[in-house]
Amino acid sequence: MPVDPRDLDALDRRLIDYYQRRLPVCTRPFARMAERLGTSEAEVIARLERLLALGVVSRVGPVFDHARAGASLLAAVAVPEDERDACAAIINRAPGVNHNYARNHAYNLWFVMTAPDAASLASRLDRLEAELGHPLLRLPMLEGYHIDLAFPIPWAELEAR
Amino acid sequence: MSSITTPPPAPQAAAKADEAQRRLRERLEWGLPLSPRPWQVLAEQCGLTEGEVLACVHRWQATGLIKRQGLVVRHRPLGIGANAMVVWDVPDARVAEVGRRLAREVAVTLCYRRPRCLPDWPYNLFCMLHGIRRERVLAQLAAIVERQGLADLEHRVLFSEQAYRQCGGRYAAEPSP
Repeated sequence: MPVDPRDLDALDRRLIDYYQRRLPVCTRPFARMAERLGTSEAEVIARLERLLALGVVSRVGPVFDHARAGASLLAAVAVPEDERDACAAIINRAPGVNHNYARNHAYNLWFVMTAPDAASLASRLDRLEAELGHPLLRLPMLEGYHIDLAFPIPWAELEAR
Repeated sequence: MSSITTPPPAPQAAAKADEAQRRLRERLEWGLPLSPRPWQVLAEQCGLTEGEVLACVHRWQATGLIKRQGLVVRHRPLGIGANAMVVWDVPDARVAEVGRRLAREVAVTLCYRRPRCLPDWPYNLFCMLHGIRRERVLAQLAAIVERQGLADLEHRVLFSEQAYRQCGGRYAAEPSP
């Protein structure tokens, strides 16, 4: 569901701008955030609950390094356009899938599959490949040059849209 | 089973601590509970003390297992819906250098080397650009190509047409409440 950026006030925006990283790790993290934001602990918690409910924030907490936290892999598959939604649904039902996008290319479905270890990742992919009936392109990360999706939100540009 | 072939039991305390930490990891993949003392809540759920949980999380940060802590923003609902995956065919000898150049660009949010899968897939370097509109993202890409001297490299832009799922990496099943 799209969210109108005008529904997010200055405090919501500062909460997002300050705390996409460096969330304090201490007994009362929301109280510490409140001090810096000039508000109350209860208000910070209420704002976070609302951002989660709106779907602007998917969770609050640690982001684990995929490569160290388990096995993961980017995969792609080329399926006929009229099978695309059905194949995407099959992919979403498979265990460990966390991103799944249609893209404008012959390889038109792209997803990330994760597993606790390399062996279970391979068997999950084998099972999914058999179910889809189309060969998967398996593209593990070999080297990361930049692996952090926390970038500044362009509020002014969003409002001007 | 003879006593000779039976392995000695693992020290029970260590096994219990490992199990508690594994539970903590699973819980954390779903985010912190929004309660004034979230670590205390997690500690109770995992059979640890709040101090043990905090020590564990500090250690995971120090070792890089946790790469950041904060609000995980979903860009699409906010209107940042032009998500371009740019794929490049870079000679192997240059791929690390080009990857590091791309990573320096503010507009580049992710950049990885991946294997080619010939003959179907010749591209070995991937980066992501996020923006509000496709035209704007393409203009940013053109500026990057110019600035970093990458015009000689074959590349393709794959825009997302539909997000069937967008969420952060999770390795465990959803914990029961």
